[in-house]
Amino acid sequence: MVPGARTRIERGGRGGASLRRLAMSSLVILGVVTITFAVSRLVPSDPASLYAGARARPEQVERVREDLNLGAPVMSQYVSYLGELARGDLGVSFATKRPIAEDLRRFLPATLELALSATALAVLIGIPAGVMAADRAHRLRAVGIRLLAVTSVSMPVFWSALFLQLFVASKLEWLPLAGRIDPGTHFATPTGFFLIDSVLSGSPSNFLDVVSHLILPVLVMAAYPLGLTIRLVRSAMLEVLASDHIEAARVAQVPWRTVLWRLALKNALLPALTVLGLTFAYSVSSAFLVEALFAWPGLGKYFADAILRVDLPVISAAVLTVTVVYVSVNLVLDLLQIRLDPRVVLS
Amino acid sequence: MAARGRVRHFGCDAVRGGKRSAIQRWSGLLGTHGDAIWHYRRSRLGMVTAAVALTFVVGAVFAPWLTPFAAAGRGVPDLSNRLRPPGAIHWLGTDELGRDVLARLLFGARASLVVAVGVVALSVLVGVVVGALSGYFGRWIDEVLMRITDAFLAFPPLLLAVLVAASLGASLRNTVIAISVSWWPWYARQVRAQVLSLRTRPFIQAAQAIGAPSRRTIAVHIVPNVMAPVWVQATADIGAVVLTAAGLSFVGLGPRPPTADWGVMIADGRHYVLSGQWWIAGFAGLAVVVVAMAFNLIGDVMRDVADPRTRGQLR
Repeated sequence: MVPGARTRIERGGRGGASLRRLAMSSLVILGVVTITFAVSRLVPSDPASLYAGARARPEQVERVREDLNLGAPVMSQYVSYLGELARGDLGVSFATKRPIAEDLRRFLPATLELALSATALAVLIGIPAGVMAADRAHRLRAVGIRLLAVTSVSMPVFWSALFLQLFVASKLEWLPLAGRIDPGTHFATPTGFFLIDSVLSGSPSNFLDVVSHLILPVLVMAAYPLGLTIRLVRSAMLEVLASDHIEAARVAQVPWRTVLWRLALKNALLPALTVLGLTFAYSVSSAFLVEALFAWPGLGKYFADAILRVDLPVISAAVLTVTVVYVSVNLVLDLLQIRLDPRVVLS
Repeated sequence: MAARGRVRHFGCDAVRGGKRSAIQRWSGLLGTHGDAIWHYRRSRLGMVTAAVALTFVVGAVFAPWLTPFAAAGRGVPDLSNRLRPPGAIHWLGTDELGRDVLARLLFGARASLVVAVGVVALSVLVGVVVGALSGYFGRWIDEVLMRITDAFLAFPPLLLAVLVAASLGASLRNTVIAISVSWWPWYARQVRAQVLSLRTRPFIQAAQAIGAPSRRTIAVHIVPNVMAPVWVQATADIGAVVLTAAGLSFVGLGPRPPTADWGVMIADGRHYVLSGQWWIAGFAGLAVVVVAMAFNLIGDVMRDVADPRTRGQLR
């Protein structure tokens, strides 16, 4: 490859670049909606009977077919689907007959609390660990960290959850087995984020209760993103460490610690920004496994229950919502990168 | 001879002299990456993980002949032997239906292997076709195909697979389809990037100049030259697919009983963990971890090998 071919200034400067990303993201969201529509309405051999449930009578199936407008041409179904989404209408759950949008809003804070804590943990530990893994001066430590990273990306979350529950919660009784708070604990929940709510309640024991319930699920959830962060930061660091300015700094006898933690990390951190998006994505997608195991009353448990009942409207609505959130997170990170990086690197 | 072993490490015929070994000749198939296999053998970690991976494949293929409890592996219950702990007869214990856990693991490896190979093969097929067309023709074809790819990539991992598996219904075949749907875009991206850099090379331009049809140019000149890194990625991905498939079957979207499956074993076994019968879920999960880790590490070593900067540090 020609040197410098990867780095080019986008036409129209930063404003143009930002606008282009914005347009791209809207296009991606349209694509995502289309795929979700295709998979949930067109793929099943008979969506109506799937929607109505296994034990539905033929006339019930017929009613569902009419309700869902499944007899109409595909294009008109698609257009009405888009219209419903635009109005914020995600449909009705077939198991509970409740509007899905309302349920999602109710369960979202619990999941966000979990996912954001896991993201924070993964990034705060993962970035320094990634730097150490790229440090050739401490070889043994680097190897140990890489081993930790590869273990944590190879471990099924539902398995590590199970054994943490067995040892830490059941055998040692250090932490609660499941749930968000003890059944006996009560406090007002204006935000839905129990960490904040318990602080607002003014009682330290409430806060401790919330934290002790958070630890295990967050640990389990953070494992995969942590391993991912370590690996990505390490490879970004290795790339930077091979560059000329690092060589120059070493020749100039700048202390190795300064080279590693200041000069190199500064340049490696920007590409690692994308890690944040990925971390969030992995936390959210493992949520439905983790929450089901820890009886965590969030989006993930709602989703897992829907999978068990093959409640297709709920599954597709939840997938769609989480994906749109993920695309938005990525867009924000992209825009941030355009602002922060003077080179406006496009790869 | 130690000295000769030393020289071998350079992987260079001129230094060694003499005949090329079978591995060297075979590795020539990988084109410019032919040296890679040679260097891979230098890595102790690489060899250990390759052995683990091979054990997994052999265990899966020869499952019925490796255990005296093949019937249990196929799902025949033996209710007089329920929940026996690991011991002399049942090395890894028995499950809630009295079936030997080791036999279930071996037969479960078959499901995992089928899913892994199926997903990787399907995804490579679709990914290579899309990536090659996109990279070779460029313009609006590229634009359209890549926007579609982007939309598929926008889903957080696992979620699209869950959606597809849920709409198709739970079965082994549908697991393969569901995971493939969310897997192919990664190969499409990778292949496209390589085709873009290949397109301007003289031998491609020569083929175009003599009027070779595009179909032939792509099939004969482009695709064979982009496959090496694709196979590296595919090998490394097997572990991730096994992990993903276990996740799907854990939530009930995998093969139906009595088919043995690691994810299902963890899901069913988890009800017994807290009461002390840890071996069903325990060993099934361990199997997933070991296989996923082995293929992840193989991928790591392969990448290190492909990069001349890190090649020197292999152990």
